[in-house]
Amino acid sequence: MNATDTAAFALTALRGYRTRTLLMLLAMAIGVASVLILTSLGEAARRYVVGEFASLGTNLIIVLPGRSETAGGGMMFFGDTARDLTLADAQAIERSARIRRIAPLSLGEAQIEARGLVREVPILGSTQSLLEVRHWEMATGHFLPSGDPNLANPVCVLGAKVKQELFGNDSALGEWVRIGDRRFLVIGVLASEGRSIGVDVQEIVVIPVASAQMLFNTSSLFRILVEAMSRESIAPAIEHIKTTIRDRHQGEEDVTVVTQDAVLATFDKILQALTLTVAGIAAISLGVAGILIMNVMLIAVSQRTAEIGLLKALGAPRRQIVTLILAEAALLSALGAGAGLVAGELGSSLIGYLYPVLPMGPPWWAFLGAVGVALSTGLLFAVLPARRAAQMDPVQALSRR
Amino acid sequence: MITLENIQRIFQVGDQQVHALRDVNLHIEVGEYLSIMGPSGSGKSTLLNLLGLLDRPTGGRYLLNGADATALSDTQQARLRRDQIGFVFQFFHLVPRLTAAQNIELPLVLAGVAGEERKAKVQAVLEAMGIADRAHHRPDQLSGGQRQRVAIGRATVMNPGLLLADEPTGNLDRASGHEVVGILEQLNARGITLLVVTHDPELGQRARRRIHMVDGAIVSDNGTVP
Repeated sequence: MNATDTAAFALTALRGYRTRTLLMLLAMAIGVASVLILTSLGEAARRYVVGEFASLGTNLIIVLPGRSETAGGGMMFFGDTARDLTLADAQAIERSARIRRIAPLSLGEAQIEARGLVREVPILGSTQSLLEVRHWEMATGHFLPSGDPNLANPVCVLGAKVKQELFGNDSALGEWVRIGDRRFLVIGVLASEGRSIGVDVQEIVVIPVASAQMLFNTSSLFRILVEAMSRESIAPAIEHIKTTIRDRHQGEEDVTVVTQDAVLATFDKILQALTLTVAGIAAISLGVAGILIMNVMLIAVSQRTAEIGLLKALGAPRRQIVTLILAEAALLSALGAGAGLVAGELGSSLIGYLYPVLPMGPPWWAFLGAVGVALSTGLLFAVLPARRAAQMDPVQALSRR
Repeated sequence: MITLENIQRIFQVGDQQVHALRDVNLHIEVGEYLSIMGPSGSGKSTLLNLLGLLDRPTGGRYLLNGADATALSDTQQARLRRDQIGFVFQFFHLVPRLTAAQNIELPLVLAGVAGEERKAKVQAVLEAMGIADRAHHRPDQLSGGQRQRVAIGRATVMNPGLLLADEPTGNLDRASGHEVVGILEQLNARGITLLVVTHDPELGQRARRRIHMVDGAIVSDNGTVP
């Protein structure tokens, strides 16, 4: 009996018992689809986080005030700050051949008022280099002026959304806005979209760092962004930063230095593990589908006792009966897996459509994995029913009507 | 063609042993037309199953075409069933989801005969059975007589030497019963060895050689070799 005939015969069996076939296809499809959807959710989370960090800039070193004992872990937290990180520290750090540019950051929240409209916005104090460090683009006007960062120029750059809310479609350039208790001249509007470390670029207002320090009445910095000359110079640059800070802070190395690469790699690993875990959970549902296939195949075998007895009488040896039942199970699993692939692809596209911020799309290994597990469980769990069928006594099978 | 020597078949029912066949000796020549009659439980179906290699004797020897069939493996027996033996059952045992033509084709498919050859053979059998116009009907769309003709077609499509019929008319009305018997006898006339197990004395009397069984033993045999 050749393969085509075996498949054709199995197909007639599947078509002959439609309800059973549909139920089993459904179980298989749900299993496969859930593997795909869950892994693509996990992958989306990973890509999202990686994308967030990548948008911070390239060859980036982040200096935070305060010392955390475990390296790399203090990214999102503020340690006990022994000494403030100041603008003078930032300027001292900049003096190295390893470092292309730095951008001191000062962060606060303040009211911005223009034309009688008031809005509470995050205020970012920095210097001109921030534009290059963060790869931002301007929509109109200029970014902060270059020059001595200690000069508190009364100028500001608006995020796209802030500009839209305060000025509508009118030009904002040359207009005066009030931030806190000071007046600032709008010199530019940012074009950049997207988020970085929790702040929507469209919703911020950027002012010179000295102005921000005056506005918030502080001399400390939120952090310093340092762009190294190249990937290779990151390590010496970090050494330079630490030495400089030690020298300036009476021998205390009271800052935390994080590289974007390290953070990125860690998150990448964690989220990869998460995705695999979720995929594992989904694979269990596939296993359940496999057990379902076994049960239904067992029932199918006892339902079709007479048919199997007949096949034996017509000269099918045991092996052929086993092959026929396995072919049926394989066909079921394959069709179910196919339906599941389609459903999973649709499902993850739907989620991607509803939540555009998530870069959905199952990873390639999820396709292989889901289909592989579906086929192997389907076949594995059909072995028992197939053997039972092969062992059936044809005399008994045929004596019943 | 067939020689049975001291065949025993003992079934274990609970802790009791049931002798379904006791010391059966039988010789059948090629082309014979036999009927096996007897009351229920006399062992005639068991004998048929043994002859058809669906069952193995507890003791004795079964020579089919001179070879010891009892010693064969499952696969070898299956091959003999496929190539040498055709079965006709009381309840037809057609596969309900397959058409008449597909049911007839089934042994050819199992044997791995190529598609073109299969088509021609099935068509020939359909015509010989007079059901060519019903080829694409499923069993539930056929009458009892037509179903049994499909079953006979399936039993003979491999050109077996031996045709075993277990109450072939048991589930048919008189008229279609006659038709079916006519077809079986035609096949016998063309050389196939025909063995019919029946309750029906009228059917049994038609055979040239008549065997009566009671309690697992042959009590009368009008044939040449007892």
